[in-house]
Amino acid sequence: MNTEFQIFPDAASTAAGKVDALYLFMVVLSVILSAFVAGLVLYLAVRYRRANKVNRAHVDHGNTIEYVAMAISFPILMGIFIWGAKVCFFLFRAPEHAMPITVVAKQWMWKFQHADGRREIDTLHIPTGQPVKLTMVSQDVIHSFFVPAFRTKQDVLPGRYTSVWFEATEPGEYRLYCAEYCGTNHSRMVGKVVVQSPDDFARWMSGDAASDEPPAETGRKLFEQFQCGTCHRPANEEGARGPTLENLFQSRVPLAGGQTVAADETYLRESILRPAQKQVAGYQQIMPTYEGQISEEGVMHLIAYIKTLGAPLAAKREEPKTPAPATEPAAVEPTAAPATKDNAANESEGNAP
Amino acid sequence: MTGEIASTTAFPNPEREPKNYLNAAWTVRSWLLTVDHKRIGLLYLAGISFFFFLGGAAAVLFRLELMTPHADLVEAETYNKLFTLHGIIMIFFFLVPGIPGVLGNFLLPIMIGARDMAFPKLNLMSWYLFMIGGTFTIYVTIAGGVDTGWTFYTPYSSTYSNTYVMATAVGIFITGFSSILTGLNFIVTVHKMRCPGMTWFRLPLFVWANYATALIMVLGTPVLAITILLVALERGLKIGIFDPRLGGDPVLFQHLFWFYSHPAVYIMVLPAMGVISELVAAFSRNRIFGYKLVAFASLAIAVLGFLVWGHHMFVSGQSLYAGMVFSVLSMLIAIPSAIKVFNWTLTLWRGEVTFSTPMLYSIGFLGLFTIGGLTGLFLATLGIDVHVHDTYFVVAHFHYVMVGGTVMAYLGGIHYWWPKMTGRMYPEGWARFSAVLVFVGFNLTFFPQFILGYLGMPRRYHVYDEGFQVLNVMSSAGASILGIAYLFPITYLIWSLKYGPKAPANPWNAVGLEWMTSSPPPTENFTETPVVDFEAYEYHRNPAGAHG
Amino acid sequence: MSTTATLPAPTAKKTPVVAHHFDDWTQQYDACVLGMWTFLVTEVMFFGGAIAVYMIYRWQYPMAFAFASQELSAPLGTFNTFILLTSSLTVALGVRYAHIGESRKVGWMLISTIALGAIFLGIKAYEYYTKFEHNLAPLLNLPFDYAGPDPGPTKIFFGLYFGMTGIHALHMIIGVVLMALYIPAAFRNEYRDGNSLGIEIIGLYWHFVDLVWIFLFPLLYLVDRSLAAPV
Repeated sequence: MNTEFQIFPDAASTAAGKVDALYLFMVVLSVILSAFVAGLVLYLAVRYRRANKVNRAHVDHGNTIEYVAMAISFPILMGIFIWGAKVCFFLFRAPEHAMPITVVAKQWMWKFQHADGRREIDTLHIPTGQPVKLTMVSQDVIHSFFVPAFRTKQDVLPGRYTSVWFEATEPGEYRLYCAEYCGTNHSRMVGKVVVQSPDDFARWMSGDAASDEPPAETGRKLFEQFQCGTCHRPANEEGARGPTLENLFQSRVPLAGGQTVAADETYLRESILRPAQKQVAGYQQIMPTYEGQISEEGVMHLIAYIKTLGAPLAAKREEPKTPAPATEPAAVEPTAAPATKDNAANESEGNAP
Repeated sequence: MTGEIASTTAFPNPEREPKNYLNAAWTVRSWLLTVDHKRIGLLYLAGISFFFFLGGAAAVLFRLELMTPHADLVEAETYNKLFTLHGIIMIFFFLVPGIPGVLGNFLLPIMIGARDMAFPKLNLMSWYLFMIGGTFTIYVTIAGGVDTGWTFYTPYSSTYSNTYVMATAVGIFITGFSSILTGLNFIVTVHKMRCPGMTWFRLPLFVWANYATALIMVLGTPVLAITILLVALERGLKIGIFDPRLGGDPVLFQHLFWFYSHPAVYIMVLPAMGVISELVAAFSRNRIFGYKLVAFASLAIAVLGFLVWGHHMFVSGQSLYAGMVFSVLSMLIAIPSAIKVFNWTLTLWRGEVTFSTPMLYSIGFLGLFTIGGLTGLFLATLGIDVHVHDTYFVVAHFHYVMVGGTVMAYLGGIHYWWPKMTGRMYPEGWARFSAVLVFVGFNLTFFPQFILGYLGMPRRYHVYDEGFQVLNVMSSAGASILGIAYLFPITYLIWSLKYGPKAPANPWNAVGLEWMTSSPPPTENFTETPVVDFEAYEYHRNPAGAHG
Repeated sequence: MSTTATLPAPTAKKTPVVAHHFDDWTQQYDACVLGMWTFLVTEVMFFGGAIAVYMIYRWQYPMAFAFASQELSAPLGTFNTFILLTSSLTVALGVRYAHIGESRKVGWMLISTIALGAIFLGIKAYEYYTKFEHNLAPLLNLPFDYAGPDPGPTKIFFGLYFGMTGIHALHMIIGVVLMALYIPAAFRNEYRDGNSLGIEIIGLYWHFVDLVWIFLFPLLYLVDRSLAAPV
């Protein structure tokens, strides 16, 4: 993996080429400018050595040359800025229908969960040619998800979701580093991203390694365990004490103060852990907080479940495109369908972290 | 300490020496209770030198560790403490107070024709605050260290770290006041204490640079103070401000921290630029090209420096649009910096260049600061920064500007003004050799780190992937050369105090008020108040260059 | 920021003492006044940072901050504001008396200012005490009894309340101590010649401390008082 000496990192994502092109341009520009300055300094210093007999007539030249220099450098700087911003837009804007993966970081490991429930620790399998979007949160301090081969990085925060996306282009194993100092074993919080061809990936996904239940199913069990349905009723019911959760995800929610807010993952997480912050119009503020009672993974599972609630059409639209092979349409069904009644000891999701 | 050096600096004939600020009194008390800005400058020199070597020792240890990819020399916790202490000591106890405290204190009043700073007792208090803050740091070092990184990001520093965060915070808080009072003193001194005829545009550029620095010290440091105070309250009194479990925002800490710490880097580099202006002018015997623009550029850097803090936070979770604003503003700072480099270079044109030690350091500065500044552009570019943020690329960039820039300028200035401060000349041969050795060692240490950074080696890593080893070994080899190179100046400069030839008032035939008084100067700086009727760097009015 | 408006002609009996490094009285006066103003700028940045933190959290958690603010006593805060404003009046009068050479009255004005400052601090101490009594002080892991729905941001409010008013109180204590140091000189008739520099400097500082309170009071006490209490 990274045992060999290299001068330039592997390029393994659709972003890598763009970042490298900008970088190499900057390198060339810097070499030219540095050589120019160094050359000019040495030339002038030698030519005007005290011992040399040269014309030293003192001339007053005004500031023209500086203004010209400023006039030339300003558009170049703006050009670099624009190019850099364009590359950054590409890096920060995940395409629609990216394969969703959730990440919980903690001192000093990475915990991943795929859309079908499959969990991984410190290793992440993904296919080539498929945009992947990671939704991340930390259980403790700030970490940072960094894969040099993909040329992208994003800090992972406690208390808030952040996301990063990439589309791998070359099969292989690429280093994953934590890039924000997080304590004693920061330098050991490393892992790898295993990029496979779509076929190999499909084979891996259907293998028997750690095939857990889908996050939405775990979320449904939590929903029942914490009796959220007491107040959050189906949409066609009247007189419910809380707003319905059907079709809530990515809708606009009117708040008591008159504003509206978009119901994204961050809003859903905040509503579970700090419900008093945003009071929904037309409802009393009676929801208790679940802070400390549900882990970060639990919140992510609940959110996955909430995303499936609502009309089948809506669910189909929001369901991310997974590369699950063969039996495609069936996989799109909302997993909210009441499954087995066993709540059992599948995971201690309901316990505090 | 310093009292001892003074008393053993036996001038050949003490009775026949004219009275100057050094031999005015010999007691330790006269040094520790001095209000003479020149003596305070030397007190700072002693403190700064001590902390430089302490911070350097930490670097030696962790560069040794980094020769191998595995943990051989120290454990992870110790390693984390070493880089933290290196950063804290070098930034807060060497770079920020260094040039203003030593050279600024010594020269500012003389360069404007005054007898002392506006507030001499406050000046002494600044030094004591610096030393008290430093004592806390030494205590922390001995008691067990702190491992948060010099950036103290929450919630690690406020909640999770088990090390001496509070003591460190208190030490930096106290030292911050040293900085604030120094800045206040500089501002009032430059505004109110100039001698007759010394208009703003006759001031040496070293004064302009320190004035701009003082503006930053006064405006920025208090924000660091409140930030540290909030972290200390969170940690000590368990008041949650940045605690996400209470709804606090750890990224808010980053905004507050960088609001000071970005301008702080201009506190570290502007005085160095001021020194370079003096050195380049003196050793090309030429007025600085575009004097007024260089003066305004210092002010522009000070102002713009407050607007760009978010470029440290492009991937922190900050919005992309905020990132764009900070990126474009960061690009703009390149312009006044480039003007300065350009103008210093053009000062050589039609000058009379001598390759003395200060000039060698200046030439080194021009090259290294250019590289450091250009790599800053890489970091200001959003698309690139996402990849190289928190990698060795950043480490290389700031060492190029801080060490290749500030330290080189500092050493150049120490050599240039050493005859004035001590009345002795240093050995030129050894000094030139050391300057070259520093330059070579520095580049070997830090250039490989640019490559390591783009490869993806993160900062603050105790163990690393084997593929990075070759470049790390190169860097550590360079560090050993650099470390040895720094030992030369401290040795021959101390040697020169007793054995160096006595210095005349103007050993360099330079132009400037400081060269119009004896070496060392009398306690009141001038025998009578100067009246200025000449421009700064007027080498062409009087071809011989020497005044009086 | 007048620099020369109030300079008296030195009398034959006593000229103001000029420190050795200053050329003349004017330079010393100007430098000291500029120095104090510069110092006050640093204080603006210091308190400004804290106020910025407060404003950001208030914008993020408007409800929690509004309800927490109602736990503070508006009557006591208002009374304290009145006390502090009056103390600014007394110190301004002290400066005036120094200008016209009424040295003993300078002393009495300083005493009045200190007394008013002490009243302010006393009321503040009482307010702190009530917070601790009602378990509304989220410091040092003390129990926090807040019946409202959002304990987290509420703790942040109280943390900022104690932090900001605490730092302000510390600045007041320093001001009181410094003013006390001037009192003996005032009663020794040392201000009879109109040399008001020292009093002006401390007056500037005290006015600033007052000004900070003018910001803290509405921000902390008067937030959304019209909102109904939480259920």
